[in-house]
Amino acid sequence: MEQLLQHGLNALMLGSTYALLGIGLTLIFGIMRVVNFTHGELYAFGAYMMYALVMKAGVNFFAALGLAIVLGVLLGALLELVLLSRLRVADIDTTMLVMIGAWIALQNAEQLAWTGVAVSINNPFPAAPLVLGPVSVAWNRVFVFVMALSLIVVAYKVINGTKLGRAMRATFQDRDTAALMGVQIGAVHTATFALGSGLAAAAGALLGPVFVAYPSMGDLAAAKAFAVVILGGLGSIPGATLGGFILALVEELGAGYISSGYRDAMGFLIIIVILLFRPTGLFARKERIG
Amino acid sequence: MTARLVAAAVVVALASIPLWMGDPYVLHVLIMAGIFTIAAMSLNLLLGYAGQLSLGHVAFFGVGAYASALFSLGFSVHVLPGMLLSVQPKPVWLAMFAGMLAAGLCGWFIGRIAFKVRGAYFVIVSISFAEVARLVAVNWVELTQGPMALNNIPALSVAGFAFLRKPSVYWLVLGVAIACFILIARLVHSRAGRAMVALAENEALATSVGIDVTRYLVLATVVAATMAGAAGVLYAHYVRIVDPDVFLFIYTVTMAIMVITGGKGTLAGPVVGGVIFGLLPEGLRALAIRPETQWIVYGVLMVLVVYFLPQGIVPALRGLRSRGGS
Amino acid sequence: MLEVRNLSVRFGGLLALDSASFDVREGEVLSLIGPNGAGKTTAFNAVSGYLAAAGGQILFRGSSLGGLRPSSIAALGLVRTFQKTSLFGNRSALENVLIGLHLKAKQTPLAILLGLPYVAREEKTLVDEALQILKFVNLQQRKGELANSLPYGEQRLLEVAIALAAKPKLLLLDEPVSGMNPSETAGFMAKLGEIRALGVTVLLVEHDMKMVMGVSDRVVCLSQGRIIADGSPAAIQRDPEVIKAYLGEKYARAHA
Repeated sequence: MEQLLQHGLNALMLGSTYALLGIGLTLIFGIMRVVNFTHGELYAFGAYMMYALVMKAGVNFFAALGLAIVLGVLLGALLELVLLSRLRVADIDTTMLVMIGAWIALQNAEQLAWTGVAVSINNPFPAAPLVLGPVSVAWNRVFVFVMALSLIVVAYKVINGTKLGRAMRATFQDRDTAALMGVQIGAVHTATFALGSGLAAAAGALLGPVFVAYPSMGDLAAAKAFAVVILGGLGSIPGATLGGFILALVEELGAGYISSGYRDAMGFLIIIVILLFRPTGLFARKERIG
Repeated sequence: MTARLVAAAVVVALASIPLWMGDPYVLHVLIMAGIFTIAAMSLNLLLGYAGQLSLGHVAFFGVGAYASALFSLGFSVHVLPGMLLSVQPKPVWLAMFAGMLAAGLCGWFIGRIAFKVRGAYFVIVSISFAEVARLVAVNWVELTQGPMALNNIPALSVAGFAFLRKPSVYWLVLGVAIACFILIARLVHSRAGRAMVALAENEALATSVGIDVTRYLVLATVVAATMAGAAGVLYAHYVRIVDPDVFLFIYTVTMAIMVITGGKGTLAGPVVGGVIFGLLPEGLRALAIRPETQWIVYGVLMVLVVYFLPQGIVPALRGLRSRGGS
Repeated sequence: MLEVRNLSVRFGGLLALDSASFDVREGEVLSLIGPNGAGKTTAFNAVSGYLAAAGGQILFRGSSLGGLRPSSIAALGLVRTFQKTSLFGNRSALENVLIGLHLKAKQTPLAILLGLPYVAREEKTLVDEALQILKFVNLQQRKGELANSLPYGEQRLLEVAIALAAKPKLLLLDEPVSGMNPSETAGFMAKLGEIRALGVTVLLVEHDMKMVMGVSDRVVCLSQGRIIADGSPAAIQRDPEVIKAYLGEKYARAHA
C-alpha cells in the first residue's frame, strides 16, 4: 500500500512536468500543424541552461530557473522565425524534414558544447525528505510539482484570458477565417512556438536538477510529449494536462509492478494503442483549445 | 536507350571496383553504403511513390537483422512461464529468408495500420513502432542478449559458398542492390505502381476508378519492408554483431536524408543520395571532423536541400538538362 | 439499373437527404437538378460509397451497395466524377487515363515483380487504349502534358476520360460543364450523346438547364433533401413544385 502511494506521489511530480511538455506540444502541433521534432531539444536546453547558470556561473537557483525559461522562449521564437516562417504554406513532409534537420543540428550542438557526460545540477533544498506518514518525498520534487502546476495555470490563463490566447484559439479553429478577421497568423505562429518551447524548457529546467542532464535526454521527453498529446487529444490543454498525469501513472505502475526496463516503452505503446482504437484521443475537442 | 547504356556502364564500373581497389577499408565503406542504399531505395518506394510518411523504416531493417541472426545462431526463450521455445541453428541461407519474411510481416502490419492512421499521426505511430522494437531488443535479454549483442553471427553463405572476404561480400551487396533496383523499377512502371502513386496524389479520385486503398498500401509496405529486411540481413551477416542500436531512429533519418536529397519519387534518387551520404561520413572523418559536427552538417544540409532543392538532386539535374537542351 | 429507395443521409444533426427514392433505367440519361444545397452531390456521394447512409437502400443491377467501399462500387461498374476538378495533377494526361484503366488491367503484383512477359504486353495494350480514350475526348495531342497545366475545359474533359477508362456501366457526372463557355458546353452535350451510344447509362447533376433539357430522357428534382418531381424534361418544366423551388428564373435565364 505504501508502495502504491509512493508511486502515486512520484507520478504526481512526473505527471506535472509531462503535462507541461504536452501542453507546449499540443499548442504547436495543434495550431501550427507542425510535427515538432525539436520539442525534446528545448527540454534538454532548459536543463543545460540550469547547469550552465547554476553550476558554471553561480547564479541563484530560482533566478536561473526563470532565466532558463525565458531563454527557452527566445530560442523557440528564433527557431520559428528562421526555419518555419518561410514554410507556412508548405506541405507536411517539408516542414517535418526541416524539423528533423533542426533536431539533429541542435542535439549535436548540445553534445559538442557539453560533451556526452551526464551532469548533475545542485538544488538549494534540504536533503532530508518531507515525510508524510508512510511515504516520503524529496523537497526538490515537491518544488517541481508546485512550480509545474503554477506554470500550467499560467499557460491556461494565457490561452483563455489574453488577446494573444484568443488569436491562438481562433487560428486553431479556422485559420482562414481568423486571417480574414485580422489575426496576424505569422505572429500567432511565432508566439505559439515560443510559448510551447518555453514550456518544454521549463519542464527540462525543473527536472534537470532532480535527475541528471545528458545530451540525448530530449529524445525520450519528446516521445512522451507526443504520447501525452495523442492521449489527451490534439489542441486540448485539459487533455494534455490529464494525459500527462495518466502517462506518469502508467509508467510508475508499470515500472513498479511489471518491469522497469519497459518503462519508457509505455509512452510508445499508448501512442500506438490510442491511434489504433481512438484516434481523436480521450478528450479531443475539435472546436477549440483551452 | 541512353538511360540503359548509362546504367549498364555504371554497373560495370561499380562491379570492377574490387578488382583494382585493394584497400579493405574502402571496400568496407562501399559495402556499408551499399547496404544503406538498398534500405534507402525501399524507403523511397514508401515515401516517394506511395506517399507514406513512414519514419519507422529502421524497424524493418532491425527486424531483418535480428531474425536472421537469431535463426542462424539458434535461440531458446520462454514464451510463457514454463513454456520453452527452442530453435536450433539453421543454415544461413534459410535464416536470411526468415529475416526477410519477418521484416515483410512487420511491413504487412504497418501497411494495415497506415490505412487507419493518417498524415502526421502515421509518422508518430511508425516512429513509435520502431522505438518499441528497440526497447524490446534492449529488454528481452533472454532472446536478444540485450545490449550485450548477438555475437559470432555466421557469415553470409549461399549454397555452401561462404562470403568471407570483402570483395565477395561487395559483389553480393551490389547484386542485391541491382536486383532491388530492378524490382522497384518494374513495380513503378506497372499498374501497381500507378495505383500507389494515384493514391498518394488524389485518393478520392483513385478509389473512384476502383483502386483499393488497403491493398496497395499493404503491397507497398510489404515490398519495402522485405527489401529493408534484406538490407538488415546483409548487415547482420557481414558485420556479424547485432545489438539494439540497429533500431536507432538516426538510421531512419539517414535513409530519409538519402532519399530526399537524391530525389524522392525517382528511381535514381536514393542511389545518388545513398552514394553521397554513404561516403560523406568517411570523407568528413578523413578531414578529422568530429562525428557531432558531421551530424550538424547533415542537419543543416537537410534544411538547405528542403529550401533550395525541394525535389532533390536528380530532378534538379533533369531540369537543368532539359532547360539547357531546349 | 440503379434503384434508390428511401435514402437518407445525415450531417451531424442535419438531414441532407430525406428518404429520397428514384430509379435510373438502363441506357437512359437521367438528370438530377435542384437548387444549391438540395442534396444532389450528397446523393452522389452516398450512392458511390463516399458517404454513409443513415437509412434506405441502394441497389445497383440488383445488388446492394450498402457499406461497400468506393473502389468496390467502381469495380461493379458505377463510376463517378467530382464537382471540383479532380485530377492527378502532377501526372501527364496519358498517365491519368492509364490510372483510370486500373480495373481493366490484369497484372498481378507477383507477375509484375517477376517481370513476366505478359505484363509488358499488357502495358502496350493499355497505352494504346488510353490513347484511344484521349482521342475520344479530343485530347490526344495533350497526352504528354501535365494535367495541372491544361486549360480548365480540357481538364474537365480529362476527368470524364479517366472515368470512362474505368469502363462504367453507370456513369455519374457531377456538374461536368460548370465553368465551361457555351461552345464547350455544346461540345460536351454532343460528347454525352456519343457516350450514350457506347451503351453507358448516365446520371447527371447539372445546373445548366439548357443542357439538362437538351440531353436528358428524364429529370428528377431535389429540394432541401427531398424529391419533389420526377418525369420527362417537358413535364418538369411545367411542374409547379419545381418552378416554385427554383426553375422559373433559371429557365428564363437560359432562354434569355
